[in-house]
Amino acid sequence: MTYLAAVAALTQKDLRVELRARETLPALLLFVLSTLVVFHFALPEGAGEGAAYGLLWVAIVFTALLGLARAWVPEQEHRVLDGLVLAPCDRSAIWLGKTLAVLAFLLAAQAVALPAFALFFAPLDGAALAGVLLADLGICAVGSLMSAMAAAGRARELLLPLLVLPLAIPLVVGGVGSAVAPEPDRHLLFLVLYDGLFGVLSWASFEYVVTE
Amino acid sequence: MSGGEYLAAAYAVVFAVVLGYVAIIAAKLQRLQRETRKLLELARAQPGEERRSAVYAGGVSEATASEEPPSA
Amino acid sequence: MTASLRSLPGLALLAAVGMGAALVLALLVAPEDADQGVSQRIFYIHVPVALTAYLCFGLGAWKALRLLWTGEQRYDLESYVAIHQGTIFGLLTLVTGSIWAKASWGVWWTWSSNQLVLFLVLVLFYCAYFMLRFSLEEGPRRARSSAVYALFGVVLIPVSFLAIRLAEDFIHPTVFTREGPQMTGTMFAAFCAAWAAVTLLAYVLYRVELAGKRLDADLRELREALQ
Repeated sequence: MTYLAAVAALTQKDLRVELRARETLPALLLFVLSTLVVFHFALPEGAGEGAAYGLLWVAIVFTALLGLARAWVPEQEHRVLDGLVLAPCDRSAIWLGKTLAVLAFLLAAQAVALPAFALFFAPLDGAALAGVLLADLGICAVGSLMSAMAAAGRARELLLPLLVLPLAIPLVVGGVGSAVAPEPDRHLLFLVLYDGLFGVLSWASFEYVVTE
Repeated sequence: MSGGEYLAAAYAVVFAVVLGYVAIIAAKLQRLQRETRKLLELARAQPGEERRSAVYAGGVSEATASEEPPSA
Repeated sequence: MTASLRSLPGLALLAAVGMGAALVLALLVAPEDADQGVSQRIFYIHVPVALTAYLCFGLGAWKALRLLWTGEQRYDLESYVAIHQGTIFGLLTLVTGSIWAKASWGVWWTWSSNQLVLFLVLVLFYCAYFMLRFSLEEGPRRARSSAVYALFGVVLIPVSFLAIRLAEDFIHPTVFTREGPQMTGTMFAAFCAAWAAVTLLAYVLYRVELAGKRLDADLRELREALQ
């Protein structure tokens, strides 16, 4: 089995599990929409579009955290991870498959949430959407590794946000910048740099956190 | 507060934190000392490894003696 | 290990003498800054402490890399102790920086000081390191997970720095500036002395804590062997 075939099989497995159980995606959708409604009441009158973009990023990060917290739960419940680790494929394929699956859930949730944001609060241009996409990549890449790390611990739901949030701060800077800065190119470039750096790091280190 | 007082505060904070750190290390060392003493008592209470193997080698059959892990 | 511990009392003495000398240089010998007055002397403790924190984080990541590379478990404790040191020095950087901000700008905290914001992010990150460690069960897997997180830390430092600089685009532009390195020779000498002394102090503390931690681990093993 080639590397890419293994990754595709693993991603497909996650998507199929989701299609049957329908656990994660509806929760993500409901969460992000409720958050947007909360934001409407949290924003004082005349707070302006800038504040709305900032809150959009809070919603994105927390939705991603919600999705990531669930990421390894099926594997944990049925002890699948031990089997996957023994499978004759590169272990980083497990990470890549999970990253793509979480990314798919997040994008699906955002496919509803972003138009809703544009309708409720402020318009989103191409650069802002590119920023969302790039930041999604980064947070899923780093988050699925951190989630695997936290899943082995005692307080995994508690631990994951603590691990991911400091790492997500640069993503929020790049994302908000691509939406509101006068020249978004630098921010998009920064997001590409982040994705590249942390993507390679997560890819290379996944093996160490899942093997006994 | 004047500039001098802020200056004193900054240096005092560093000093206090380092002092506190050393105090914590000292407390840990004391705990280790207690632990060592307890282990020493435990070791003294147990019959010595040499004595046991000497008994086996002297009186009991070859089979029992070979069960004993090599102590030396 | 006993052989390496033999140099420790000498190093500790050297660190103590060095700290004393650095204090004299920083507080008495170095000339007073024309603009900021006496509170500029916080610089001689704040910046060396910050640089030492970076050094400790770097050392922790280096030991973490060695752990992943060689699989030798002794690097786990070394990496942990280095990051522990780094976090303490990072907190000290935040506190001394906050005092300095109050002395020179009249506020305890300012988001426009990139150094302070960076250290806030780093301290949060490394506090999560300890949460991760205490949540996992002891063993090679915990050692490797901690090591991976420590490696993420050194990558996060420059990335966060860049991010904070980028954020100036849309978060209020820098109002306060601290004058750059327009130091006289004596000032620079005092700074270097303070830097060397703080680094040495951190190294001595690192070695002492590491010796204690190893002793603790050995004793635990001994107890298991005796029972």
